[in-house]
Amino acid sequence: MSGATLVLEDGTVFSGASFGAEADSVFELVFNTSMTGYQEILTDPSYRGQGVLFTCPHIGNVGVNREDYESGCPQISAAVVRAVSPIVSNWRAEKSLPDWLAEAGVPGISGVDTRFLTRKLRDGGTQKAALSTRGTDPAELIERARAWPGLDGRDMVSEISCPKEYAWAPDSGSRWVEGDRPGAMKGKHIVAYDFGIKKNILRHLAADGARVTVVPSNTPANKALALKPDGIFLSNGPGDPRGLPAIVETVRALLESGVPTLGICLGHQLIGLALGGRITKLKFGHHGGNHPVRDERTGQVWITAQNHNYIVESESLPAGVAEVTLRSLNDGSLEGFRLLQRPAFCVQFHPEASPGPHDARDVFGRFFTLVERRGA
Amino acid sequence: MPKRTDIRSILVVGSGPIVIGQAAEFDYSGTQAAKALRAEGYRVILVNSNPATIMTDPDLADATYIEPLTPETLEAIIAQEHPDAMLPTVGGQTGLNLALALGNRGTLEKYNVQLLGAKLRSIELAEDREQFNRAMRDNNIPVPQGGPAHNLEEAAALVKATGYPVLVRASFALGGTGASWVKTAEELPEAVRKAIAVSPIGQSWLEQSFLGWKEFELEVMRDRADNFVVVCSIENLDPMGVHTGDSITVAPSQTLTDREYQVLRDLARRVMRAVEIETGGSNVQFAVNPADGRTIVIEMNPRVSRSSALASKATGFPIAKVAALVAVGYTLDEITNDITGQTKVGFEPSLDYVVVKIPRWAFEKFPGVDPTLGAQMKSVGEVMALGRTFPEALSKAVISL
Repeated sequence: MSGATLVLEDGTVFSGASFGAEADSVFELVFNTSMTGYQEILTDPSYRGQGVLFTCPHIGNVGVNREDYESGCPQISAAVVRAVSPIVSNWRAEKSLPDWLAEAGVPGISGVDTRFLTRKLRDGGTQKAALSTRGTDPAELIERARAWPGLDGRDMVSEISCPKEYAWAPDSGSRWVEGDRPGAMKGKHIVAYDFGIKKNILRHLAADGARVTVVPSNTPANKALALKPDGIFLSNGPGDPRGLPAIVETVRALLESGVPTLGICLGHQLIGLALGGRITKLKFGHHGGNHPVRDERTGQVWITAQNHNYIVESESLPAGVAEVTLRSLNDGSLEGFRLLQRPAFCVQFHPEASPGPHDARDVFGRFFTLVERRGA
Repeated sequence: MPKRTDIRSILVVGSGPIVIGQAAEFDYSGTQAAKALRAEGYRVILVNSNPATIMTDPDLADATYIEPLTPETLEAIIAQEHPDAMLPTVGGQTGLNLALALGNRGTLEKYNVQLLGAKLRSIELAEDREQFNRAMRDNNIPVPQGGPAHNLEEAAALVKATGYPVLVRASFALGGTGASWVKTAEELPEAVRKAIAVSPIGQSWLEQSFLGWKEFELEVMRDRADNFVVVCSIENLDPMGVHTGDSITVAPSQTLTDREYQVLRDLARRVMRAVEIETGGSNVQFAVNPADGRTIVIEMNPRVSRSSALASKATGFPIAKVAALVAVGYTLDEITNDITGQTKVGFEPSLDYVVVKIPRWAFEKFPGVDPTLGAQMKSVGEVMALGRTFPEALSKAVISL
């Protein structure tokens, strides 16, 4: 293993060992506290433009397999870990993490003090950063990190969304997602907007028998509605929702149509913007598989998977139009709301988990109920 | 939900003498629970036969009884103190067994004492393998094939279904006492005889073997609003076949993908519901086939256990304290996390370090004892080490032995 250098925009330099691809990379550095599921995290399109620092010390133990993909390939710009496992120990593993990242062109650094780095990001906030696994001078890397425009206000969605519409077909990972009421959604059609959609969301949308059509992010509302959907889904995705004004207009028209709608993560933020809500950036985001969310109506607590840097400010939602349904138990921030006059609701966290606990999977059940009620 | 105000005094049962298989960890949990309940304003009545414990220190409870842990003595204490409730889940299996005995004698009903943390039905279910297996099967939870045998003929009949090797246990015995792995028909009579002799009800229990499978445990917590968290996952370094108390264990688990880990988490939640554990901490043990991931629930303890003490120290999540607070009605989103001082205990600890536990054996003090590790626990203590990586934690643990 040769050397690797990681720099932050504030000028901090870390040296470690390299793994994965030999490359230079510039990104926004975020930390993720999940203790399992690195393959799903690395392939989650919402991480586009970001490097992921894993607080879990050992990464690579279970290798990489064909089932645990959230998109076609690794999406992150860099992996920062305490220790890469030299061996793979899992019955489903087909490849080692370093080999897989090398093929995908993603560089990684190991042997850095991830605790120190995490504290730095937690106390000082998310930073722009750069990584070289081919010996680029640290001073130059710092310059590149500082010169990089960052993600705020940028459209990261158009580069990741599918180029054209397609019908979702179950994949090898679908066997892990069982429907709660298999067959109950047969004959229903869900149109899913792809802003960087995770496969596990599609697996869940299809689990009870619904037909799912995935459409590109720039699909106009009238074109989506012409597909005669019984339900509309607005996906997760990378970057800042404020960089997507055209999509916000589309979402507004979709909500007006009265077709039952569910939004997850970026989809939730877009609904918030469509209602006139305000977006703010969190200091260091919520990224992990242990985030408690409380249902404001029942008091029930779900342990959820989360991955977001931006939030909809709950006070900015117009009164009489939306009702807050879910809040983070950790910091009280908005985690979900429903529309009062429309069959639509959305969540900031990831009910499809992958990786993470399955506590919130009933979000899909609630969406299906809305869809069924409209058809009745 | 706020704490219960319909109860004022609570009887807390300790675990008695420190023996192999039930050690000082229950002093730790009982002490934590007593402190938490007193801080909430409850009158705590403590009983333990072992004066060499922290929990029996004068200032820890409002009334302390150092008396034999028998149903008769407890009944006398209850008659004198009239506690409104009894917390049997922080004193190891001894506490649960006493609760069961007091329930069967009618003492709890006679003096109107409510059980906190575990119902009689749950205690019975978790402890009686036959009932446990039935409850699990009724809920589609995979458990090992097995059954009770009161003599060699019944045992031989069961082996026809399970095949060799087979695990022979003594029903209702602690720490795997009288348990052994039987690999051939020649070994069966002796194993069954031993198990029946040790079992308090003269029954052995034969069970399909999962020798060589990976072994995992989850330490979980539930409150009366059905909120559920995993405090810690633990992976055994050695495979199934060695008692967990004699295993080198690692937290958090290291060789499960998220898909597989969530299977365990979902199963643990269903086990809690099936055993009807409404509040408190439990420990659920799993065997996972390393070749194909097939997962079996091996057992569950509806109480603070040896592993809970380890999980508490490993994560900073005070399991016994929280178990006591949810037993008196609090929900996890109401109890403040002592470590952050701001957030609530309704969350799952995320570790950026690795914990390794290594048992300590003292065979030199027990000449004549077979030092082969197996289904019966033989260690007399353990060391726990934290490190930023597995090699670091393992090295620290070895040095500490």
